[in-house]
Amino acid sequence: MTSPYAPHTATETEAMLEAVGVNNIEALFDVPGSVAFDGDFGIDAHGERAARREAAKLLGRNDDLTEFLGRGHYTHYVPSVVDDLSTRSEFLTSYTQYQPEVAQGFLQALFEYQSMLVELTGLDVANCSMYDDATALGEAATLSQRVRSVSGETVLVPAYLREGKRAVLANYVDGPGLDVESYPMVNGQADVDALADAIDEDVALVYAETPTVRGVIEERLADIGALAEDHDALFCLGSDPVALALLERPADVGADVVVGDAASLGTGTAYGFGLGMFVTREEYLRQVPGRLVGAGEDSDGRRAYTLTLQTREQHIRKERATSNICTNQAWVALRTAMHAAWLGPDGLVDLAEDCVTRPRDLAARLDDVVGLQAPVHDGHHFREFVAHTDQPARAVVDDLASEGYAVHEIGEHLIQVSATEVTAEAEDGLIAAISEVAK
Amino acid sequence: MLSGHFDLAVPPPGIETAPSSRPTSLTLDTGVSRVRYKQASWTDDGDRYEPLLSEKAPKTVDIEDSPLPEELTRDSLELPAPAEPELARHYTRLSQMNYGVESGPFPLGSCTMKYNPSFTEDIAALPSAAVHPARPDSTVQGTLALSYRLQDYLARIGGMDAVTLQPPAGAAGEFTGIGIAKAHHQHNDDDRSEVVIPDSAHGTNFATAAMAGYDVVELPSGDDGRVDIDALEAAVSEETAALMLTNPNTLGLFERDIERIADIVHDAGGLLYYDGANLNALLGRARPGDMGFDVMHYNVHKTFATPHGGGGPGAGPVGVTEKLAPFLPAPHVREREGDDGRGDYEYYRPDHSIGKVHGYYGNWPVLVKAFAYITRLGDSGLADASAKAVLNANYLAERIPYEVPFGPFHHEFVASAGEQDAADVAKGMLDHGVHPPTTKWPETVAEALMTEPTEGESRRSLDQLAAAFGAVHGEDDGTLAAAPTRTAAGRIDQVSAARTPQLSWQALDSDD
Repeated sequence: MTSPYAPHTATETEAMLEAVGVNNIEALFDVPGSVAFDGDFGIDAHGERAARREAAKLLGRNDDLTEFLGRGHYTHYVPSVVDDLSTRSEFLTSYTQYQPEVAQGFLQALFEYQSMLVELTGLDVANCSMYDDATALGEAATLSQRVRSVSGETVLVPAYLREGKRAVLANYVDGPGLDVESYPMVNGQADVDALADAIDEDVALVYAETPTVRGVIEERLADIGALAEDHDALFCLGSDPVALALLERPADVGADVVVGDAASLGTGTAYGFGLGMFVTREEYLRQVPGRLVGAGEDSDGRRAYTLTLQTREQHIRKERATSNICTNQAWVALRTAMHAAWLGPDGLVDLAEDCVTRPRDLAARLDDVVGLQAPVHDGHHFREFVAHTDQPARAVVDDLASEGYAVHEIGEHLIQVSATEVTAEAEDGLIAAISEVAK
Repeated sequence: MLSGHFDLAVPPPGIETAPSSRPTSLTLDTGVSRVRYKQASWTDDGDRYEPLLSEKAPKTVDIEDSPLPEELTRDSLELPAPAEPELARHYTRLSQMNYGVESGPFPLGSCTMKYNPSFTEDIAALPSAAVHPARPDSTVQGTLALSYRLQDYLARIGGMDAVTLQPPAGAAGEFTGIGIAKAHHQHNDDDRSEVVIPDSAHGTNFATAAMAGYDVVELPSGDDGRVDIDALEAAVSEETAALMLTNPNTLGLFERDIERIADIVHDAGGLLYYDGANLNALLGRARPGDMGFDVMHYNVHKTFATPHGGGGPGAGPVGVTEKLAPFLPAPHVREREGDDGRGDYEYYRPDHSIGKVHGYYGNWPVLVKAFAYITRLGDSGLADASAKAVLNANYLAERIPYEVPFGPFHHEFVASAGEQDAADVAKGMLDHGVHPPTTKWPETVAEALMTEPTEGESRRSLDQLAAAFGAVHGEDDGTLAAAPTRTAAGRIDQVSAARTPQLSWQALDSDD
């Protein structure tokens, strides 16, 4: 089979070979015989319909579960218009805007995305994406080493930190040789007194999250920010755009960098496929990793957009670049901006308020179930909460899966439940199922 | 000259509502082909194009009576609130002011802007593909099965023994691969401090090595545009952790001495890293594993046709030889032993894993699309893709008036704009309905025009592309300095944009 995506007819191929002056295509390959590959991969070609069936058959082996899952990867209802508009080929099949004059559309959309994050955080500069929340946190840690006012080499992170995030951070700090240490949590939030004891002049960055990975809204962010400032450390706050629509502005609690995952707007559940937010203060502008879109002017005197401050980047600055990132998550950012605009500020705030009341109400219902106590942590929750199970959590989770529901197992007798509008109609079923398995 | 006998009256959609001081008509007449092009451009007044969402539909909401105590909430939120019809029109207009692979030729060297088959989108959008990453292995056997198959396909294609799908982009793949090399050396109590990289390599290679904590040793290219063996021998030492190499290199040249290069690096105890950006040249012809490479990344958005999305998402799986497999990121998919009803596949942590490079499992939907593409093409289609990619580059180079100093090249070539400024050549080409090549890089060619047409272009579109090169070659510097005139916006002053950064609508001057 020839590639169905190479348009050449046999006649055209012959004419092209003649123009090049060779008899066959193989003559164009300058590969020494000793390293030439003369075997085959053993991969069969398929018609389009057969290829679709093959992929669908494999994926069809996934169990059909209703997911009350979160812990960093969230789903909200994504309107059809986002799919429709974002998959326009002019967006989907374009690339990094090296020629801004033919890429104004995407540049403007990314400029709008950056602006939305500026509004949500109160900080000045948002880049147009990192891969996910974990790599954005890693980049924030390395940023601390490029900021002159910071001299330490320790990154302080909450004891409750998603393991995947901690593992990525460990790889990012390996090169610059930073240490990562945890500060304790109490009742699902930072133990600020313990943090005050742990922090010293060797700390370069303090990281906190709101909501925390257990879904608790952090109530002493300003105190954490002040501790960081007193010790010449950066304060990096992890959050997400839905939470930021309602919670305190990061700029107002002293955050120097905001990271987190923004893909819950625009994409939703996709096996951890993410969109790393990275927003910081203007004073760190020259140290920002990744791509930045700026407004300027074209030869007709009109406002136009372009990638800017590229001398920070790898294709110009090579080993002295602020990061190695090149291809990022631009299209995911486009979708997030579309979804945010579709919601508007009132829709976003409504959604955020639902993320506060829904887990509160669901936790109250679970607390009435024999064998469950919920929520385990006092305080306010966002999207999710932890519940105590009298039965071993493993058994509860496994039995629930048999009933068609997925929740997190996070301890011997702890489960975590995430609830958004997407699972609203399944809440009654979850209660019924868990009432059977938890007692 | 062109020998075409075809009719090239191709009027692309063009709606210009902007009053413009620029020419309103331009005809490309090569004697045979006649392409007219004008990109759509929308504006509603004299000093801006399509207004920002914030200018169209601003709205401020005060946060009142929220379910949270007031001290935990912000005071207000100001964001655009377009109605859905307004939203649809906004983004449709923006899309019209954007150029993609489906708009026309996109020979951006090193980026492999090939056609992205539509059916892969449908597969990635299957509800069964959209599971949460925290699900137990036993409930996502389909996801694991597809991952395992893709790992296996990529291993066969690259001649590697094991593959991780976790890195979310090519640069992330490099970071993973160099991390694996570092872990391997440390495991052997062999501390090494340097990574050797040819001067013509991608900028990400240098940045990656630095991020991983290595000193970079830059290797000057030889006169033939390839690795200079003497320079390599001088550069490699007991400090060398790895040599990062692209093959064919960024000039499109196959490193003929690759076995010798591998011996030099391996004899010094270093590892050989393959940058997979140019793998589209070699499918079915040569495999990195057979050339002596120990670790490599694949750019699936390049080689395996997943859409580039305006700058991502991509995916950068990493392949390794057997001795490096214990260092792969965690978790990794393998077949399960036994038949206990918990499924055929499972995640495990490789013995000396470097840990994680992405919070979850990487850019999963991109991986699904790559799987679909490989499944569609199979051995024969993949080999044909490379054949046509190499044919297209060679045919195009024959047809353009610019000198190509180095050869024989494969899927891409680097021409020199000679006395012209390569950046101006690119701006001039924009007026002819094509995307220009990558410019001014690699620096081993003066005024470089790095051109990669890919297999997706027909002879007819290659002739159009050649005609664009030809037309610009014949233009004077003044005309090129004023280009482009047929695009949504005119030439953008990037210097002043960088001097006075305005990175959000909040930062825009309020007096306009």
